[in-house]
Amino acid sequence: MANVSRSPWLLHYDGSSCNGCDIEVLACLTPVYDAERFGVVNTGNPMHADILLITGGINSQNASVVEQIYNQMPNPKVVCAVGTCACTGGVFKECYNIKGGADTVIPVDIYVPGCAARPQSIIDGIVQAVALFQKKHEEMKSEKK
Amino acid sequence: MATKQFIFVLLYIVCAPFIGGFLDGVDRKVSARMQGRKGPSVFQPFYDVIKLFQKEPLVVKRSQTFLVMTYLLFMVITGGLFFAGMDLLLCFFSLTTCAMFLVLAASFTHSPYASVGCQRELVQMMAYEPMVLLTAVGFYVATGTFYVKDIIGMDMSAIVYLPGVFIGFLFILTIKMRKSPFDLSTAHHAHQEIVRGVTQEMVGSNLALIHLAEWYETVFLLGVVAMFFVNSNPVSYVAALIVVLLAYFLEILIDNVSARVNWKVLLVSTWVVTLVAGGVNLTILVLMHR
Ligand code: SF4
Repeated sequence: MANVSRSPWLLHYDGSSCNGCDIEVLACLTPVYDAERFGVVNTGNPMHADILLITGGINSQNASVVEQIYNQMPNPKVVCAVGTCACTGGVFKECYNIKGGADTVIPVDIYVPGCAARPQSIIDGIVQAVALFQKKHEEMKSEKK
Repeated sequence: MATKQFIFVLLYIVCAPFIGGFLDGVDRKVSARMQGRKGPSVFQPFYDVIKLFQKEPLVVKRSQTFLVMTYLLFMVITGGLFFAGMDLLLCFFSLTTCAMFLVLAASFTHSPYASVGCQRELVQMMAYEPMVLLTAVGFYVATGTFYVKDIIGMDMSAIVYLPGVFIGFLFILTIKMRKSPFDLSTAHHAHQEIVRGVTQEMVGSNLALIHLAEWYETVFLLGVVAMFFVNSNPVSYVAALIVVLLAYFLEILIDNVSARVNWKVLLVSTWVVTLVAGGVNLTILVLMHR
Protein backbone atom coordinates (compact mmCIF):
# COMPACT_ATOMS: atom_id res chain seq x y z
CA MET A 1 0.00 0.00 0.00
CA ALA A 2 1.49 3.30 -1.05
CA ASN A 3 2.00 5.92 1.61
CA VAL A 4 0.04 8.94 0.42
CA SER A 5 0.03 10.68 3.79
CA ARG A 6 3.40 12.30 3.12
CA SER A 7 2.02 14.53 0.42
CA PRO A 8 -1.24 16.23 1.43
CA TRP A 9 -2.08 19.09 -0.89
CA LEU A 10 -4.53 21.60 0.50
CA LEU A 11 -7.15 23.75 -1.08
CA HIS A 12 -8.30 26.63 1.05
CA TYR A 13 -11.77 27.98 0.35
CA ASP A 14 -13.01 31.10 2.09
CA GLY A 15 -16.79 30.91 2.53
CA SER A 16 -18.44 33.81 4.31
CA SER A 17 -15.63 34.01 6.82
CA CYS A 18 -14.76 37.25 8.61
CA ASN A 19 -11.16 36.59 7.39
CA GLY A 20 -10.03 35.85 10.92
CA CYS A 21 -9.73 32.14 10.24
CA ASP A 22 -8.18 32.73 6.79
CA ILE A 23 -5.34 34.65 8.31
CA GLU A 24 -4.76 31.82 10.77
CA VAL A 25 -4.77 29.27 7.93
CA LEU A 26 -2.13 31.29 6.10
CA ALA A 27 -0.19 31.66 9.34
CA CYS A 28 0.26 27.87 9.25
CA LEU A 29 2.44 28.28 6.16
CA THR A 30 4.69 30.97 7.63
CA PRO A 31 8.15 30.24 9.07
CA VAL A 32 6.82 29.91 12.62
CA TYR A 33 4.52 26.96 11.92
CA ASP A 34 5.66 25.89 8.42
CA ALA A 35 3.09 23.26 7.46
CA GLU A 36 5.21 22.47 4.39
CA ARG A 37 7.51 20.36 6.54
CA PHE A 38 4.72 17.75 6.43
CA GLY A 39 4.67 18.03 2.65
CA VAL A 40 1.64 20.34 2.74
CA VAL A 41 1.27 22.45 -0.36
CA ASN A 42 -1.33 25.19 -0.55
CA THR A 43 -2.62 24.64 -4.06
CA GLY A 44 -5.29 26.83 -5.61
CA ASN A 45 -6.61 24.10 -7.86
CA PRO A 46 -9.31 21.69 -6.64
CA MET A 47 -8.19 19.12 -9.21
CA HIS A 48 -4.79 18.90 -7.52
CA ALA A 49 -6.07 19.03 -3.96
CA ASP A 50 -6.44 16.20 -1.45
CA ILE A 51 -7.76 18.14 1.52
CA LEU A 52 -10.33 20.91 1.36
CA LEU A 53 -10.07 23.50 4.14
CA ILE A 54 -13.21 25.55 4.48
CA THR A 55 -13.39 28.67 6.60
CA GLY A 56 -16.60 30.58 7.21
CA GLY A 57 -20.21 29.52 6.89
CA ILE A 58 -22.21 28.61 3.83
CA ASN A 59 -24.55 31.21 2.37
CA SER A 60 -26.98 30.92 -0.49
CA GLN A 61 -24.44 32.35 -2.93
CA ASN A 62 -21.47 30.14 -2.21
CA ALA A 63 -23.34 26.86 -1.62
CA SER A 64 -23.14 25.84 -5.28
CA VAL A 65 -19.50 26.94 -5.47
CA VAL A 66 -18.52 24.77 -2.51
CA GLU A 67 -20.39 21.83 -4.00
CA GLN A 68 -18.65 22.27 -7.32
CA ILE A 69 -15.21 22.54 -5.75
CA TYR A 70 -15.90 19.37 -3.78
CA ASN A 71 -16.99 17.50 -6.90
CA GLN A 72 -13.91 18.61 -8.82
CA MET A 73 -11.56 17.04 -6.29
CA PRO A 74 -10.45 13.55 -7.28
CA ASN A 75 -10.83 10.75 -4.70
CA PRO A 76 -9.58 10.08 -2.07
CA LYS A 77 -10.37 13.45 -0.50
CA VAL A 78 -10.94 14.86 2.97
CA VAL A 79 -12.88 17.94 4.04
CA CYS A 80 -11.80 19.93 7.05
CA ALA A 81 -13.99 22.73 8.45
CA VAL A 82 -11.85 25.38 10.15
CA GLY A 83 -13.37 27.77 12.67
CA THR A 84 -16.71 27.85 14.44
CA CYS A 85 -18.36 29.45 11.41
CA ALA A 86 -17.43 26.56 9.12
CA CYS A 87 -18.44 24.05 11.81
CA THR A 88 -21.88 25.42 12.69
CA GLY A 89 -22.39 28.88 11.21
CA GLY A 90 -20.95 30.53 14.30
CA VAL A 91 -21.78 34.14 15.02
CA PHE A 92 -23.45 34.47 11.62
CA LYS A 93 -25.76 31.51 12.19
CA GLU A 94 -28.91 33.60 12.58
CA CYS A 95 -28.29 35.77 9.51
CA TYR A 96 -31.04 35.61 6.87
CA ASN A 97 -28.70 34.34 4.13
CA ILE A 98 -26.62 31.83 6.11
CA LYS A 99 -27.42 28.15 5.74
CA GLY A 100 -25.07 27.04 8.51
CA GLY A 101 -21.78 25.15 8.59
CA ALA A 102 -19.97 23.55 5.66
CA ASP A 103 -21.73 20.24 6.37
CA THR A 104 -25.01 21.68 5.11
CA VAL A 105 -23.80 21.18 1.53
CA ILE A 106 -20.90 18.69 1.56
CA PRO A 107 -19.79 15.90 3.92
CA VAL A 108 -17.28 17.25 6.44
CA ASP A 109 -14.75 14.86 8.01
CA ILE A 110 -12.83 16.99 10.48
CA TYR A 111 -14.10 19.90 12.56
CA VAL A 112 -11.61 22.42 13.94
CA PRO A 113 -13.39 24.67 16.45
CA GLY A 114 -12.25 28.10 17.60
CA CYS A 115 -13.00 31.72 16.79
CA ALA A 116 -10.55 32.20 15.25
CA ALA A 117 -9.11 28.69 15.20
CA ARG A 118 -5.50 28.85 16.38
CA PRO A 119 -2.74 27.74 13.98
CA GLN A 120 -1.84 24.96 16.41
CA SER A 121 -5.33 23.52 16.26
CA ILE A 122 -5.50 23.99 12.48
CA ILE A 123 -2.27 22.02 12.11
CA ASP A 124 -3.70 19.39 14.44
CA GLY A 125 -6.78 19.26 12.21
CA ILE A 126 -4.59 18.90 9.12
CA VAL A 127 -2.61 16.08 10.74
CA GLN A 128 -5.86 14.24 11.51
CA ALA A 129 -7.10 14.93 8.01
CA VAL A 130 -3.87 13.45 6.64
CA ALA A 131 -4.38 10.26 8.66
CA LEU A 132 -7.92 10.02 7.34
CA PHE A 133 -6.64 10.67 3.81
CA GLN A 134 -4.37 7.65 4.10
CA LYS A 135 -7.24 5.56 5.50
CA LYS A 136 -9.58 6.57 2.68
CA HIS A 137 -6.88 5.73 0.16
CA GLU A 138 -6.51 2.24 1.63
CA GLU A 139 -10.27 1.74 1.60
CA MET A 140 -10.41 2.86 -2.02
CA LYS A 141 -7.65 0.40 -2.95
CA SER A 142 -9.27 -2.55 -1.19
CA GLU A 143 -12.63 -1.72 -2.81
CA LYS A 144 -10.99 -1.84 -6.23
CA LYS A 145 -9.55 -5.32 -5.62
CA MET B 1 31.80 3.80 -29.17
CA ALA B 2 28.29 2.56 -29.90
CA THR B 3 28.10 0.59 -26.64
CA LYS B 4 29.37 3.60 -24.73
CA GLN B 5 26.61 5.73 -26.22
CA PHE B 6 24.08 3.05 -25.43
CA ILE B 7 25.18 2.98 -21.78
CA PHE B 8 24.93 6.77 -21.54
CA VAL B 9 21.39 6.79 -22.95
CA LEU B 10 20.36 3.95 -20.65
CA LEU B 11 21.85 5.75 -17.67
CA TYR B 12 19.95 8.88 -18.65
CA ILE B 13 16.62 7.09 -19.02
CA VAL B 14 17.00 5.26 -15.70
CA CYS B 15 18.75 7.86 -13.54
CA ALA B 16 17.41 11.19 -14.82
CA PRO B 17 14.06 10.96 -12.95
CA PHE B 18 15.92 10.25 -9.71
CA ILE B 19 18.48 13.00 -10.23
CA GLY B 20 15.81 15.48 -11.40
CA GLY B 21 13.49 14.62 -8.53
CA PHE B 22 16.27 14.86 -6.00
CA LEU B 23 17.36 18.24 -7.38
CA ASP B 24 13.75 19.36 -7.15
CA GLY B 25 13.69 18.27 -3.51
CA VAL B 26 16.93 20.12 -2.81
CA ASP B 27 15.36 23.14 -4.49
CA ARG B 28 12.36 23.03 -2.15
CA LYS B 29 14.57 22.54 0.90
CA VAL B 30 16.94 25.37 -0.02
CA SER B 31 14.02 27.66 -0.90
CA ALA B 32 12.43 26.95 2.48
CA ARG B 33 15.71 27.71 4.26
CA MET B 34 16.04 30.96 2.32
CA GLN B 35 12.58 31.89 3.60
CA GLY B 36 13.46 30.96 7.18
CA ARG B 37 11.37 27.79 7.15
CA LYS B 38 12.32 24.21 7.90
CA GLY B 39 10.97 22.90 4.63
CA PRO B 40 9.96 19.42 3.49
CA SER B 41 12.22 16.41 3.11
CA VAL B 42 14.46 16.39 0.04
CA PHE B 43 12.53 13.33 -1.12
CA GLN B 44 9.25 15.23 -1.05
CA PRO B 45 8.90 15.37 -4.87
CA PHE B 46 8.98 11.55 -4.96
CA TYR B 47 6.28 11.34 -2.28
CA ASP B 48 4.20 13.77 -4.31
CA VAL B 49 4.52 11.76 -7.50
CA ILE B 50 3.73 8.47 -5.71
CA LYS B 51 0.64 10.12 -4.23
CA LEU B 52 -0.44 11.50 -7.61
CA PHE B 53 -0.30 8.04 -9.17
CA GLN B 54 -2.69 6.84 -6.45
CA LYS B 55 -5.36 9.45 -7.10
CA GLU B 56 -8.54 8.80 -8.99
CA PRO B 57 -8.00 9.40 -12.73
CA LEU B 58 -10.36 12.29 -13.30
CA VAL B 59 -9.91 13.37 -16.92
CA VAL B 60 -12.23 15.50 -18.96
CA LYS B 61 -11.05 13.90 -22.21
CA ARG B 62 -9.20 10.61 -22.27
CA SER B 63 -6.95 11.60 -25.15
CA GLN B 64 -5.32 14.18 -22.90
CA THR B 65 -3.42 11.31 -21.28
CA PHE B 66 -2.08 10.35 -24.70
CA LEU B 67 -0.80 13.89 -25.32
CA VAL B 68 0.81 14.03 -21.88
CA MET B 69 2.52 10.70 -22.52
CA THR B 70 3.79 11.96 -25.87
CA TYR B 71 5.18 15.00 -24.09
CA LEU B 72 7.05 12.73 -21.70
CA LEU B 73 8.23 10.48 -24.54
CA PHE B 74 9.65 13.37 -26.55
CA MET B 75 11.36 14.67 -23.44
CA VAL B 76 13.04 11.30 -22.97
CA ILE B 77 14.01 11.29 -26.66
CA THR B 78 15.43 14.83 -26.39
CA GLY B 79 17.71 13.87 -23.53
CA GLY B 80 18.44 10.50 -25.10
CA LEU B 81 19.68 12.14 -28.30
CA PHE B 82 21.77 14.56 -26.27
CA PHE B 83 23.42 11.98 -24.06
CA ALA B 84 24.01 9.74 -27.06
CA GLY B 85 26.19 12.58 -28.38
CA MET B 86 23.96 13.22 -31.38
CA ASP B 87 23.12 16.39 -33.26
CA LEU B 88 22.45 19.35 -30.96
CA LEU B 89 20.00 20.92 -33.41
CA LEU B 90 17.94 17.74 -33.38
CA CYS B 91 17.81 17.84 -29.56
CA PHE B 92 16.57 21.40 -29.58
CA PHE B 93 13.93 20.69 -32.22
CA SER B 94 12.77 17.72 -30.22
CA LEU B 95 12.60 19.95 -27.14
CA THR B 96 10.36 22.38 -29.02
CA THR B 97 8.13 19.49 -30.07
CA CYS B 98 7.77 18.56 -26.40
CA ALA B 99 6.64 22.04 -25.55
CA MET B 100 4.07 21.91 -28.34
CA PHE B 101 2.63 18.67 -26.98
CA LEU B 102 2.37 20.23 -23.54
CA VAL B 103 0.45 23.17 -24.98
CA LEU B 104 -1.82 20.79 -26.90
CA ALA B 105 -2.49 18.68 -23.82
CA ALA B 106 -3.26 21.76 -21.76
CA SER B 107 -5.51 23.50 -24.29
CA PHE B 108 -7.43 20.29 -24.88
CA THR B 109 -9.99 20.79 -22.13
CA HIS B 110 -10.88 24.39 -22.95
CA SER B 111 -10.55 25.35 -19.31
CA PRO B 112 -10.19 29.14 -19.19
CA TYR B 113 -7.29 28.92 -16.73
CA ALA B 114 -5.47 26.36 -18.84
CA SER B 115 -6.11 28.43 -21.98
CA VAL B 116 -4.51 31.50 -20.46
CA GLY B 117 -1.65 29.26 -19.35
CA CYS B 118 -1.26 27.99 -22.92
CA GLN B 119 -1.14 31.45 -24.41
CA ARG B 120 1.52 32.42 -21.90
CA GLU B 121 3.43 29.23 -22.61
CA LEU B 122 3.45 30.20 -26.29
CA VAL B 123 4.71 33.69 -25.42
CA GLN B 124 7.45 32.09 -23.33
CA MET B 125 8.42 29.88 -26.26
CA MET B 126 8.56 32.93 -28.47
CA ALA B 127 10.85 34.53 -25.91
CA TYR B 128 13.34 31.69 -25.38
CA GLU B 129 13.37 29.98 -28.78
CA PRO B 130 15.77 32.49 -30.47
CA MET B 131 18.32 32.00 -27.69
CA VAL B 132 17.99 28.21 -27.95
CA LEU B 133 18.78 28.40 -31.66
CA LEU B 134 21.63 30.86 -31.09
CA THR B 135 23.09 28.40 -28.59
CA ALA B 136 23.16 25.66 -31.22
CA VAL B 137 24.58 28.04 -33.84
CA GLY B 138 27.13 29.31 -31.33
CA PHE B 139 28.42 25.81 -30.70
CA TYR B 140 28.68 25.26 -34.44
CA VAL B 141 30.62 28.47 -35.08
CA ALA B 142 32.93 27.81 -32.13
CA THR B 143 33.63 24.15 -32.78
CA GLY B 144 32.63 23.51 -36.40
CA THR B 145 30.17 20.76 -35.52
CA PHE B 146 26.65 20.25 -34.21
CA TYR B 147 27.49 16.83 -32.79
CA VAL B 148 27.53 16.77 -29.00
CA LYS B 149 30.15 14.05 -28.87
CA ASP B 150 32.53 16.10 -31.05
CA ILE B 151 31.84 19.31 -29.13
CA ILE B 152 32.84 17.72 -25.82
CA GLY B 153 35.82 16.08 -27.48
CA MET B 154 37.52 19.41 -28.28
CA ASP B 155 40.79 20.45 -26.67
CA MET B 156 39.34 23.72 -25.42
CA SER B 157 36.05 24.22 -23.55
CA ALA B 158 33.38 25.96 -25.62
CA ILE B 159 32.86 28.54 -22.86
CA VAL B 160 36.12 30.22 -23.94
CA TYR B 161 34.47 31.17 -27.23
CA LEU B 162 30.90 31.47 -26.00
CA PRO B 163 30.74 33.44 -22.72
CA GLY B 164 27.90 35.64 -24.03
CA VAL B 165 25.90 32.69 -25.30
CA PHE B 166 26.36 31.03 -21.90
CA ILE B 167 24.90 34.06 -20.13
CA GLY B 168 22.00 34.09 -22.58
CA PHE B 169 21.40 30.40 -22.00
CA LEU B 170 21.40 30.87 -18.22
CA PHE B 171 18.82 33.59 -18.72
CA ILE B 172 16.39 31.36 -20.61
CA LEU B 173 17.07 28.55 -18.15
CA THR B 174 14.98 30.56 -15.69
CA ILE B 175 12.07 30.45 -18.13
CA LYS B 176 12.52 26.78 -18.93
CA MET B 177 12.68 25.83 -15.27
CA ARG B 178 9.52 27.82 -14.56
CA LYS B 179 11.19 30.02 -12.00
CA SER B 180 10.12 33.42 -10.80
CA PRO B 181 10.28 36.12 -12.31
CA PHE B 182 9.44 34.21 -15.51
CA ASP B 183 6.95 31.61 -14.26
CA LEU B 184 4.00 32.92 -16.23
CA SER B 185 2.43 29.82 -17.73
CA THR B 186 2.64 27.64 -14.67
CA ALA B 187 4.75 28.04 -11.60
CA HIS B 188 7.13 25.68 -9.96
CA HIS B 189 6.45 24.96 -6.27
CA ALA B 190 3.27 26.16 -4.66
CA HIS B 191 3.22 29.58 -6.29
CA GLN B 192 0.04 30.28 -8.16
CA GLU B 193 -0.43 32.26 -11.32
CA ILE B 194 -3.82 32.08 -13.05
CA VAL B 195 -4.16 29.21 -10.59
CA ARG B 196 -1.99 26.46 -12.16
CA GLY B 197 -1.83 27.56 -15.79
CA VAL B 198 -1.02 24.75 -18.21
CA THR B 199 -1.26 22.04 -15.56
CA GLN B 200 -4.68 23.23 -14.40
CA GLU B 201 -6.63 20.27 -15.77
CA MET B 202 -4.02 17.59 -15.25
CA VAL B 203 -5.17 15.27 -12.51
CA GLY B 204 -3.42 12.46 -10.67
CA SER B 205 -1.25 10.32 -12.91
CA ASN B 206 -1.25 12.89 -15.72
CA LEU B 207 0.26 15.48 -13.40
CA ALA B 208 2.71 12.88 -12.17
CA LEU B 209 3.84 12.27 -15.77
CA ILE B 210 4.30 16.02 -16.23
CA HIS B 211 6.51 16.08 -13.13
CA LEU B 212 8.53 13.16 -14.50
CA ALA B 213 8.98 14.96 -17.81
CA GLU B 214 10.12 18.08 -15.98
CA TRP B 215 12.74 16.08 -14.13
CA TYR B 216 14.03 14.67 -17.42
CA GLU B 217 14.05 18.20 -18.77
CA THR B 218 16.03 19.55 -15.81
CA VAL B 219 18.73 16.94 -16.35
CA PHE B 220 18.86 17.66 -20.08
CA LEU B 221 19.09 21.43 -19.58
CA LEU B 222 21.79 21.07 -16.96
CA GLY B 223 23.53 18.76 -19.42
CA VAL B 224 23.59 21.62 -21.93
CA VAL B 225 25.04 23.90 -19.25
CA ALA B 226 27.73 21.29 -18.62
CA MET B 227 28.49 21.05 -22.34
CA PHE B 228 29.87 24.59 -22.27
CA PHE B 229 32.66 23.41 -19.97
CA VAL B 230 33.41 19.83 -20.88
CA ASN B 231 36.44 19.18 -23.11
CA SER B 232 38.72 16.24 -23.80
CA ASN B 233 40.44 16.70 -20.43
CA PRO B 234 38.73 14.59 -17.69
CA VAL B 235 39.27 17.40 -15.13
CA SER B 236 36.80 19.52 -17.10
CA TYR B 237 34.01 17.11 -16.12
CA VAL B 238 34.54 18.04 -12.46
CA ALA B 239 34.54 21.72 -13.36
CA ALA B 240 31.34 21.24 -15.37
CA LEU B 241 29.66 19.52 -12.43
CA ILE B 242 30.56 22.41 -10.12
CA VAL B 243 29.27 24.96 -12.63
CA VAL B 244 26.03 23.00 -13.05
CA LEU B 245 25.43 22.98 -9.30
CA LEU B 246 26.24 26.69 -9.10
CA ALA B 247 23.86 27.42 -11.99
CA TYR B 248 21.12 25.45 -10.25
CA PHE B 249 21.72 27.35 -7.02
CA LEU B 250 21.62 30.62 -8.94
CA GLU B 251 18.19 29.67 -10.34
CA ILE B 252 16.88 28.96 -6.82
CA LEU B 253 18.27 32.26 -5.59
CA ILE B 254 16.70 34.21 -8.47
CA ASP B 255 13.42 32.38 -7.84
CA ASN B 256 13.40 33.52 -4.23
CA VAL B 257 14.49 37.12 -4.61
CA SER B 258 12.41 38.25 -7.55
CA ALA B 259 8.75 38.99 -8.20
CA ARG B 260 6.90 37.77 -11.27
CA VAL B 261 6.97 40.11 -14.27
CA ASN B 262 4.33 40.47 -16.98
CA TRP B 263 4.69 38.91 -20.41
CA LYS B 264 5.90 42.08 -22.14
CA VAL B 265 8.82 42.49 -19.77
CA LEU B 266 9.59 38.80 -20.20
CA LEU B 267 9.61 39.03 -23.98
CA VAL B 268 11.56 42.26 -24.25
CA SER B 269 14.16 41.40 -21.62
CA THR B 270 14.77 37.94 -23.07
CA TRP B 271 15.17 39.27 -26.59
CA VAL B 272 17.46 42.07 -25.45
CA VAL B 273 19.66 39.59 -23.59
CA THR B 274 19.58 37.27 -26.60
CA LEU B 275 20.61 40.06 -28.94
CA VAL B 276 23.23 41.65 -26.73
CA ALA B 277 24.83 38.63 -25.08
CA GLY B 278 24.24 36.01 -27.78
CA GLY B 279 24.31 38.23 -30.84
CA VAL B 280 27.45 40.18 -29.99
CA ASN B 281 29.25 37.02 -28.95
CA LEU B 282 28.38 35.34 -32.24
CA THR B 283 29.30 38.37 -34.35
CA ILE B 284 32.74 38.57 -32.76
CA LEU B 285 33.25 34.84 -33.29
CA VAL B 286 32.26 35.02 -36.95
CA LEU B 287 34.52 38.04 -37.55
CA MET B 288 37.46 36.30 -35.87
CA HIS B 289 37.01 33.20 -38.00
CA ARG B 290 37.26 35.23 -41.18
S1 SF4 C 1 -14.89 31.42 13.39
FE1 SF4 C 1 -14.61 33.52 14.13
S2 SF4 C 1 -12.68 34.16 13.22
FE2 SF4 C 1 -13.36 32.36 12.08
S3 SF4 C 1 -14.45 33.13 10.35
FE3 SF4 C 1 -15.98 32.79 11.98
S4 SF4 C 1 -16.16 34.72 13.07
FE4 SF4 C 1 -14.29 34.83 11.82
